[in-house]
Amino acid sequence: MGGLFQMLNSKSIWWKSLCALLLMYSVVGGFLMRVPRLSIVNETIRALYYHVPMWFGMVFMFLISTWYAVKYLRNHRMDDDIISVEFANTGLVFGLLGIVTGMIWANYTWGTPWHGDPKQNGAAIALLVYFAYFVLRGSLRNDEQRARLGAVYNIFAFFAMIPLIFIIPRMTSSMHPGSGGNPGFNMYDLDNNMRKVFYPAVIGWILLGCWIASLRIRLRRIEERILDEAYEKGV
Amino acid sequence: MKLMKRVFSIFLVLMTALLAHAQPQEIEMADGMRAEGKIYVVVAILVVILLGLIGYLVLLDRKTSRLEEKYKENRQSRP
Repeated sequence: MGGLFQMLNSKSIWWKSLCALLLMYSVVGGFLMRVPRLSIVNETIRALYYHVPMWFGMVFMFLISTWYAVKYLRNHRMDDDIISVEFANTGLVFGLLGIVTGMIWANYTWGTPWHGDPKQNGAAIALLVYFAYFVLRGSLRNDEQRARLGAVYNIFAFFAMIPLIFIIPRMTSSMHPGSGGNPGFNMYDLDNNMRKVFYPAVIGWILLGCWIASLRIRLRRIEERILDEAYEKGV
Repeated sequence: MKLMKRVFSIFLVLMTALLAHAQPQEIEMADGMRAEGKIYVVVAILVVILLGLIGYLVLLDRKTSRLEEKYKENRQSRP
């Protein structure tokens, strides 16, 4: 997992161009390609190409974040903490966009923006759990302590998110497709034609998340070094 | 200048007359962009926004690289 991120060298251009290409394709294909004709949902079925990749992106960002939290706890390298935080940051942005786009979609298909759907509630609670991660980090002054407690809480947050988003909605009935007993995307939920746009969109958005996170990481590294040097000069 | 203005106004009058004359016939327009409930317009807008965002990210990326270079140089020049 961590190796996967390292493979995406922050200076290299191929995966950034791939990201731009896939996102372009998802916008053009997402609007113009054929989708199943469904009542109530109508053309809003196309929102699936943009709303769902937000959640895929969020989970992926949080997964990398947790990976580096574990890594930090194993070898106490400050750089792993920086990577962990910045991926959590980017994941949170994806999650907020997912919630907002979901509310717009729900308003026109379910009748209200907040339907109280188990998956919707679960996603909101998962975001609150991650908000607490940043509150926890912000409340600690000592770098070492902040990184250690942050890493421990990060692992907890990730494993709290899994049941909230993936398990509980399937145990009860949910308006989200693939919930209420069925496994995720089966042939009834996702038309084969839609996969041609959906999966490239997911990969494109994940790559965009990695891009943004890598920029934040690079800036943080320079900031840390400058602060370290200033501190050494002071002593 | 005066002559130019006069020529232009005559041209304008002629054009309006021509347009008025051509009205009943089928007029060629860029209908492609308006087909299927004008969906192509939305696609164009989204493509522009996406291009703008990605372009902005590329600029930010280059700026970060420059900052990294500058930091490295600054560090090497110090004793």
